[in-house]
Amino acid sequence: MVLSIAVPLVLWWLVSSLDLVNDKFLPSPLQVVQALGRLWTDGFLLDDTAASLMRVTVGFGLAALVSVPIGIAMGAFASVRSLLEPIIGVVRYMPPPAFIPLLIIYLGLGEAPKIALIFMGTVFFNILMIMDAVKFVPKALLETTYTLGGQRRQALFQVIAPYVLPNIIDTFRINIATSWSLVVVAELVAAENGLGKRIVLAQKFFNTDEIFACLIILGVIGFALDLSLRYLMRLTCKWAID
Amino acid sequence: MHLEINSLSKQFETRQGPILALDGIDMHVETGEFVCAVGASGSGKSTLLRLVAGLDMPTAGEITVDGQIVTGPGSDRGMVFQSYTLYPWMTVQNNVEFGLKLQGIGAKERREMASYYLDVVGLTRFARSLPKQLSGGMKQRVAIARTLASRPKIMLMDEPFGALDVQTKETMQQFMLDLWNRTGVSILMITHDVDEAVFLAQRVYVLTAHPGTVQRELFVDLPSDRTYTVRRDRAFQDYREEIMDLLRGKMTPALAS
Ligand SMILES: Nc1ncnc2c1ncn2[C@@H]1O[C@H](COP(=O)(O)OP(=O)(O)OP(=O)(O)O)[C@@H](O)[C@H]1O
Ligand SMILES: [Mg+2]
Repeated sequence: MVLSIAVPLVLWWLVSSLDLVNDKFLPSPLQVVQALGRLWTDGFLLDDTAASLMRVTVGFGLAALVSVPIGIAMGAFASVRSLLEPIIGVVRYMPPPAFIPLLIIYLGLGEAPKIALIFMGTVFFNILMIMDAVKFVPKALLETTYTLGGQRRQALFQVIAPYVLPNIIDTFRINIATSWSLVVVAELVAAENGLGKRIVLAQKFFNTDEIFACLIILGVIGFALDLSLRYLMRLTCKWAID
Repeated sequence: MHLEINSLSKQFETRQGPILALDGIDMHVETGEFVCAVGASGSGKSTLLRLVAGLDMPTAGEITVDGQIVTGPGSDRGMVFQSYTLYPWMTVQNNVEFGLKLQGIGAKERREMASYYLDVVGLTRFARSLPKQLSGGMKQRVAIARTLASRPKIMLMDEPFGALDVQTKETMQQFMLDLWNRTGVSILMITHDVDEAVFLAQRVYVLTAHPGTVQRELFVDLPSDRTYTVRRDRAFQDYREEIMDLLRGKMTPALAS
């Protein structure tokens, strides 16, 4: 595990220190660390990271909130499924970035279009993945519930919902990666701040070291989001982990 | 308790055309009885039990429990499935409590009743375990405790030991018989295992296949506190051979043709 990070790092350091490539194009690890320090002392690092994280939290949070009830309802009730599955099936193949111009026309240049983009780009996949998980709840488990005197409502909330909880957390873990990409896309197009915006500015001044610094921050935060959802899974769904 | 099944038929409509799974079944189970229905694969055993449980509706005929027509599932007819149907996220204790919880019984009473039935099936030590930590036989004992805790009028069992190895199966059969002797619960169990039926039941219905009909009703006059040694008795083997002949009688011509 250490190797998988150490080997590329050493290679990077070797290539940049052998001066094979102009360091305007490929900054050395040291230059990138310095760039990180500069961004930190200027206050940009914290501001931009906070701005990007906030957009993801609100956008993905809303998508999560909406997708759980709809996904479960679609999995549990054939009528809801036949109502929504066709339209979602089509809309989810429209690439979210293609909506940016429309979102800007409708919602302006502030936070709203960015949050909307993240919401749109993740909510449909969340819904469909949760729906699929519900379809895999063993029929015998539901029938057992009914023969124990359970009503449909109780089966929904006390059997189906806890059964698919691990799948829901996994769904979020997978799709939050998408929202992390989308926030950068939105910020590349138009933003006041955010890690995507920082990358655009760095490009203007040919500061590749800052671009590298931002990429590393993006990677580390994305990885941390993944880890924390894995941890949440371990905390709440011991039964589903072997 | 009086379970009555009257001229019960069930036809499935499939793409290949209708399948008559059950044809004119008449059966009954009385209070405290242990009744087995034995039949080959395809004799509609699972279908029959699902109809009694109210998980499926008959095409013709009716099922009554104490005079009430069965129209859907209910806790008066507890069901134990062949596949282990424990809730994997609940501890053993919570699994056993769950039926009571669904019925709105308070936490304290729930805990006491579940503990009582866990003791009955000998799994008190595992109350805090998760289902995945249990062996197949133990899981089935938890499922039985969970069914009993809901105080059903009758317990329905669909080949509950079908997935167990031979030794565990024998232990579970003995366990089941002891449990029935101690609790006096009424049981309707279906199985394709003739030995199991004779060992457990006071009364056996022998079914035919395609469609499922009742071929014969048989009283098993063996002591109610049998142990596995009874299998060596002449009487046990006579019952066994009689049922095997009945099942064969219907099977052999079909195979020959
Ligand atoms: N849901 C269904 N749809 C269509 N046909 C069905 C359905 N359920 C059962 N059948 C058919 O009804 C017949 C009886 O099936 P059933 O499962 O009740 O038999 P069984 O005696 O329990 O068999 P086994 O010993 O294999 O469990 C079979 O021919 C089966 O194909
Ligand atoms: Mg069956």
